[in-house]
Amino acid sequence: MKVLVPVKRVIDYNVKVRVKADQSGVDLANVKMSMNPFDEIAVEEAVRLKEAGTATEVIAISMGPEQSQETLRTALAMGADRAIHVVHDGELEPLMVAKMLAKIVSEETPDLVVLGKQAIDDDANQTGQLLAGLLGWGQGTFISKLKIEGGAISVTREVDGGLEKVGLKLPAILTVDLRLNEPRYASLPNIMKARKKEIAKKTPADLGVDTTPRLKTLKVAEPPKRQGGKKVGSIAELVDKLHNEAGVI
Amino acid sequence: MPLDKATLDQFLDTLRRFVDERLIPAEAEVDATDKVPQAIVDEMKELGLFGLTIPEEYGGLGLSMSEEVEVAWTITHAAPAFRSVFGTNVAIGSQGIVIDGTQEQKRKYLPKLASGEFISSFALTEPDIGSDAGSVKTRATKDGNGYVLNGAKRFITNAPTANVFTVMARTNLEEKGARGVSAFIVDADTPGIRLGKPENKMGQKGAHICDVVFEDCRIPGDALIGGLEGVGFKTAMKVLDRGRLHVAATCCGLADRLIDESVNFALDRKQFGQTIGEFQLVQAMLADSRTEHDVAWALVRDAARRGEAGEPITRLGAEAKYYASEMVGRVADRAVQIHGGSGYINDYPAARLYRDVRIYRLYEGTSQIQQLVIARDMLKEARSRRA
Repeated sequence: MKVLVPVKRVIDYNVKVRVKADQSGVDLANVKMSMNPFDEIAVEEAVRLKEAGTATEVIAISMGPEQSQETLRTALAMGADRAIHVVHDGELEPLMVAKMLAKIVSEETPDLVVLGKQAIDDDANQTGQLLAGLLGWGQGTFISKLKIEGGAISVTREVDGGLEKVGLKLPAILTVDLRLNEPRYASLPNIMKARKKEIAKKTPADLGVDTTPRLKTLKVAEPPKRQGGKKVGSIAELVDKLHNEAGVI
Repeated sequence: MPLDKATLDQFLDTLRRFVDERLIPAEAEVDATDKVPQAIVDEMKELGLFGLTIPEEYGGLGLSMSEEVEVAWTITHAAPAFRSVFGTNVAIGSQGIVIDGTQEQKRKYLPKLASGEFISSFALTEPDIGSDAGSVKTRATKDGNGYVLNGAKRFITNAPTANVFTVMARTNLEEKGARGVSAFIVDADTPGIRLGKPENKMGQKGAHICDVVFEDCRIPGDALIGGLEGVGFKTAMKVLDRGRLHVAATCCGLADRLIDESVNFALDRKQFGQTIGEFQLVQAMLADSRTEHDVAWALVRDAARRGEAGEPITRLGAEAKYYASEMVGRVADRAVQIHGGSGYINDYPAARLYRDVRIYRLYEGTSQIQQLVIARDMLKEARSRRA
């Protein structure tokens, strides 16, 4: 079984994000970048499938600037076998990413594509679902448990009301949630080995996808500063404030 | 083979995440329970930390001195007990075999030390022998093809968990000094080895030391490192050159962590209506700590580079170890001072690390011994210029 794992290079989760002075976007100059944490969970799961003998090959894909190679090197050090880098400077919208992934899927014919449920930069939470739509494959999103037996997959999804169990047939799209696993730290021997693994380069043009933006960012702003809470003396006062001041009841 | 920068950076990044996500959150538990959780030890094995300095052909990573100090600096942003788990395998516990061992000894021990399957321990210090290391009293008496060990070793790091000991023992009773001392690699399950109870130390809880007593302990002839008598002590000194730089890097890593703790506390703690970081007397302490760390770290990195280039670094290593260990003592003291009363409470890393760093001015040569090494080398050099 072949598994594709798309990984995105995003601002490191420890970095405090700052908005550019002209409000055109987020300041990325000299900011530490890392693999999207949900994608790390996806890579870990794919590598575990390989270690369990369920998967035969794990291919990591990243779309972005030259430095996205470093993200791919991390995936390779964690245990992916090879990587594909779609080189592109500038923004890519989820639909473009999904279309390019669909093209790569048609070339690589994997049985499974495992993605992070969303990227922590724009939190779009669209790519996996769009890809499933484009391919006409079944999808299991926000999964916290995965079982594969024969051609059948059973996943546990984290939904608002609790946990939902879904059965899927291969080939399928999975998007992973936080509790699926705890990703490993790449060891130095594996980091060294990863340097020798292949990263194939492609461009959006090779994949026949138009990357002209369809969306325009009007303004990016910091969230408003949180106001201090208020203390109330009685339940009656609380209800009164919720009703008359907050207008929520 | 030196690593390319991208590879080393990626490893150091991973290591820093491991420190921040796994080790630092476990520090209080390790201090309270006096034990490093097995899950963390296993992760350190996976990361390759036990084999940092063991050559690649024996399953290690074969890091250069410059690379090793970067790793030591990074990992000691967490309590030093974690480093201690693999510290002996990286330094004094394995390097004697790497430098002087026979092919057979290398093949037998190095792969297991590199993977962490074996924990090694270095047994030089004795109840009466500390800084005067050449006066080892433990005897190795020739007996047929092998030797019989008798004597006691004291404060031996990792001895309670060790699988193998590098033991310094006197093979030549006529020769009073260092030249009569040989090095042996001894399996810990050899009959005639008795361990004392782990010492109750001031700091570095989770890292254990104890006495190792040899009573008619019979070892085979091929336990003699390098198959040669009388070179053991010299080897130990060669190992110490590198070991001292490693310790100096460790001091710098801890100092940098203590500075982080100090700066963050100074930004949060308010007195007289403002954060204490606004007070110039606090700022002076922060500035002194930062500057002294940067000086020490520059010295360590420079010494590592020179050592790699083939320069003798006995004096530089002593300078680095001397300055960095004294430096981290001052930085830890200021960190406690900046924390005020909280700095005396073990819930704060400043208090725990203050106890942890005190050892650095004592082991692998006290500050006073380093001063002697430095000054003697200066005088020797000056004399040779006159002659």
